[in-house]
Amino acid sequence: MELAVAHETIARWQFGITTVYHFLFVPLTISLSAIVAGLQTAWVRTGKEKYFHATKFWGKLFLINIAMGVVTGIVQEFQFGMNWSDYSRFVGDVFGAPLAMEALIAFFFESTFIGLWIFGWDRLPKKIHCACIWLVAIGTVLSGYFILAANSWMQHPVGYRIDPATGKAQLTDIGRVLFQNTTLVQVFHTLTAAFLTGAAFMVGIASYHLWRAERGKEGDGRKTAAMRTSLRVALVIAVLGGLGTAVSGDTLAKVMFEQQPMKMASAEALWDTQAPAPFSIFAVGDVSQGHNSVELEIPGILSFLAHSDFSTAVPGINDTAAAEAARYGGQPDDYIPNIFVTYWGFRLMIGFGMTSFVAALIGLWTTRRRFWLAPEHRTGEDEAPKLMLTRNRELGPLLTKWSWRIGILTMGFPLIANSFGWIFTEMGRQPWVVFGLMRTADAVSPNVSVGTQIGALTTFTLLYAVLAVIEVKLLVKYAKAGPVTSEEPPTKDPTLRGPSPDEDADQPLAFAY
Amino acid sequence: MHLNDFWFVLIAVLWTGYFFLEGFDFGIGILTRTLARDTTERRVLINTIGPVWDGNEVWLLTAGGATFAAFPDWYATLFSGFYLPLLAILVCLIVRGVAFEYRAKRTGERWQRNWELAIFWTSLIPAFLWGVAFANIVHGVDIDRDKNYVGGFWDLLNPYAILGGLVTLALFTFHGAVFAALKTVGDIRERARAQALGLGLATAVLAVVFLVWTQSHSGNGWSLAALVVAVLALVASLAANKVAREGWAFVFSGLTVVAAVAVLFLALFPDVMPSTLDPAYSLTVTNSASSPYTLKVMTVVAAVFTPIVLLYQSWTYWVFRKRIGVQHIPAAPRPADH
Ligand code: HDD
Ligand code: HEM
Ligand code: HEM
Repeated sequence: MELAVAHETIARWQFGITTVYHFLFVPLTISLSAIVAGLQTAWVRTGKEKYFHATKFWGKLFLINIAMGVVTGIVQEFQFGMNWSDYSRFVGDVFGAPLAMEALIAFFFESTFIGLWIFGWDRLPKKIHCACIWLVAIGTVLSGYFILAANSWMQHPVGYRIDPATGKAQLTDIGRVLFQNTTLVQVFHTLTAAFLTGAAFMVGIASYHLWRAERGKEGDGRKTAAMRTSLRVALVIAVLGGLGTAVSGDTLAKVMFEQQPMKMASAEALWDTQAPAPFSIFAVGDVSQGHNSVELEIPGILSFLAHSDFSTAVPGINDTAAAEAARYGGQPDDYIPNIFVTYWGFRLMIGFGMTSFVAALIGLWTTRRRFWLAPEHRTGEDEAPKLMLTRNRELGPLLTKWSWRIGILTMGFPLIANSFGWIFTEMGRQPWVVFGLMRTADAVSPNVSVGTQIGALTTFTLLYAVLAVIEVKLLVKYAKAGPVTSEEPPTKDPTLRGPSPDEDADQPLAFAY
Repeated sequence: MHLNDFWFVLIAVLWTGYFFLEGFDFGIGILTRTLARDTTERRVLINTIGPVWDGNEVWLLTAGGATFAAFPDWYATLFSGFYLPLLAILVCLIVRGVAFEYRAKRTGERWQRNWELAIFWTSLIPAFLWGVAFANIVHGVDIDRDKNYVGGFWDLLNPYAILGGLVTLALFTFHGAVFAALKTVGDIRERARAQALGLGLATAVLAVVFLVWTQSHSGNGWSLAALVVAVLALVASLAANKVAREGWAFVFSGLTVVAAVAVLFLALFPDVMPSTLDPAYSLTVTNSASSPYTLKVMTVVAAVFTPIVLLYQSWTYWVFRKRIGVQHIPAAPRPADH
């Protein structure tokens, strides 16, 4: 028994660490690929140099990031078999399908066209080259879609039956697995959050450069022009992404109140059923002890989150646990997830993510278009924008300084929000690995020794830590360097048939490893 | 053909594709130490696979995903059973991918040398371990009545498996040398051909012993036919290499890989993982498969998307068809690039 507990615990830590790590790169990949595609399209259509420099610059950061996303993804694909073999046997018939589709439809797409994009600058006609990065962007969205369909099925199994002969789950309706409401809303929420994440990342780096430019520390106007455009684009995307995240998050919460009431009750540390139910902003004292000593609450909001009106009863943890125990057997306590983690995970997700959204909203106002400002406050394309409160009124030096600083500081917030969102989602589902069908404790590989598991956990953790240091250093180096303005846009457009043999035979490659 | 059999074939095709493509990738990685003389030549080799290695690796992910979907028990038994070798392979693939992308991102000599060493070892180790894994699959391992592997780690390193590992290692390096000769110009091309000759002969010796051993242990008429094809293709590749017909040499080294993998899967069928404890415990295409509905769904998906994938992957090879040599390698990044 003790051994089984150790098995489960180590396997869960490994899954948690490797997946959260993978998901640091995924949202940046999803959003940056699309944003770079947009910037490159702007360059191809207008020929303006600032778009070229922006494309190259963000493209470079995107590549540093996707390299890590891809290699950490490989672990994910095999981890189910390694640590969760009983899970794989039980769900393979259903769960394997979206996973295989992801590989066949999305991964091939993504990885092939990323190669063409990286090496294709001097091989492909401009427009086809630009199409390649769009295809990468589509590939990343598809890959998110399929994996989220798989995850949604774990949250809310549909389109299956339990085979009476083997006791295993069997697919009966692939359409429901791919298009159930849990999947659709989860995809919407994750994608919008991904765009908020990538945009905040851009806001931070662009703010860094523009603030330097404002203090006269950047001599190069072309650099500033590229960053100024990037900042505006990123601010707009962050605001739209933030709005989308909030709307979809609200919808997702309603879906979850219905499908996993325990998860939502524990997100609120709502121990007893209440009507109307309040929304707890924070609580002091041990939320996991069944009483919250100090609480700040907004009345009625939880009812609204769950049911769109301010008075309906929301079932509490105690009632829900009793109901689940009656339904699935065992003690009510068996069905209560780690309340501390779910309660604070939910708050940190919203708190960190929405801070960046608010910062972006303010930034969008203070850097608004030049013709809304009095002429003496307008700055040129290649200068940093002045932060303006009203038509005529500039932010004071202190506020200006802090505005730029906040712009830089919040760049990592949505990444933290994403991690807490997933930790909440996955730990709030406990004790189930597949909700209502299979417990996490029954899912691990029975034949893998604890020693082996500890070895693997240690290996991945150390390796990932080392790689994190390397990748962050590289990102910082390239982000600080800014766009390389000495790089000229290509003057001629390659043709598909390639240059004639004598013409470019010994020309160095435009890009080489 | 029964859908279960069809999926067995499809998974064999995915593994074959993986070994064909990543086979020469691994080979190139190994040759960066044995063939290349300096950093520029190493970069020539690395850049011959630069645009394509990532797409090649997805064949592995697809083989894994397809196995999960079509034969969940095979997936579960294989990856939980061969835990440590797989862990080593995963670590290598992680480091290797990062090494390609990050090597040129800094100019420091130590930085670049370390990543180059990493490329060599992380190509060599998986090239060996895949052979070990597949030899064990074909030979059979200790699988109990619950379909779980109950042997130890050292049981996987038996002589037959180690020989299998040496075969894939030699074969992939040979395949890589033939690919290098096909994709480069200048001095390195000539030397690649010369090395291919030696590697091909070593491969021939190892592979013949291993394949004959396989044939006598678990072979049948079909696997014998594939064995003959593998041997003939290897000879043809060596001959083409000798007369500097690099395209043909590559076609035949590829065919050698295909036929050798075919020997393994043909010897395996209809089992997918035979048990050495009791034949009744063996995993087969029937007792480890998904339901007919799932197989049908996946068949439709595979029928639509596999040709599309083949189309655009081949197009990539066409786009980057040009040979490269030392003159094409840009000088160390300009100072402005850092
Ligand atoms: C920038 C990141 C971010 C931000 C600002 C928010 N979320 Fe979120 N949230 C995520 C990032 C995220 C996520 C990491 O992407 C999750 C994990 C699983 C999922 O589908 O998305 C998630 C999960 C998640 C879940 C659990 C879904 C499940 O169990 O399947 C709920 C109920 C919400 N969110 C609700 C909200 C609400 C009401 C928000 C209010 C504004 C909100 N989220 C902001
Ligand atoms: C990328 C975003 C994801 C993150 C960050 C994430 C995070 C986590 C974490 C932290 C755990 C450990 C839970 C615990 O300790 O209780 C976990 C468990 C698990 N997750 Fe996820 N998850 C993600 C997506 C997925 C997806 C898409 C799947 C399925 C395809 C999945 C399948 C699982 C499984 C099988 C477990 C182990 C069983 C369990 O402890 O519940 N996860 N995940
Ligand atoms: C919400 C959860 C996840 C999402 C949205 C997601 C999405 C993505 C995306 C966009 C990529 C492309 C490159 C990058 O990450 O930077 C990727 C790579 C990858 N992901 Fe995830 N992922 C998730 C979790 C998982 C899980 C649980 C698995 C396990 C099956 C997985 C398997 C992979 C693999 C194998 C790759 C590498 C593909 C390649 O070589 O191109 N991912 N994922």
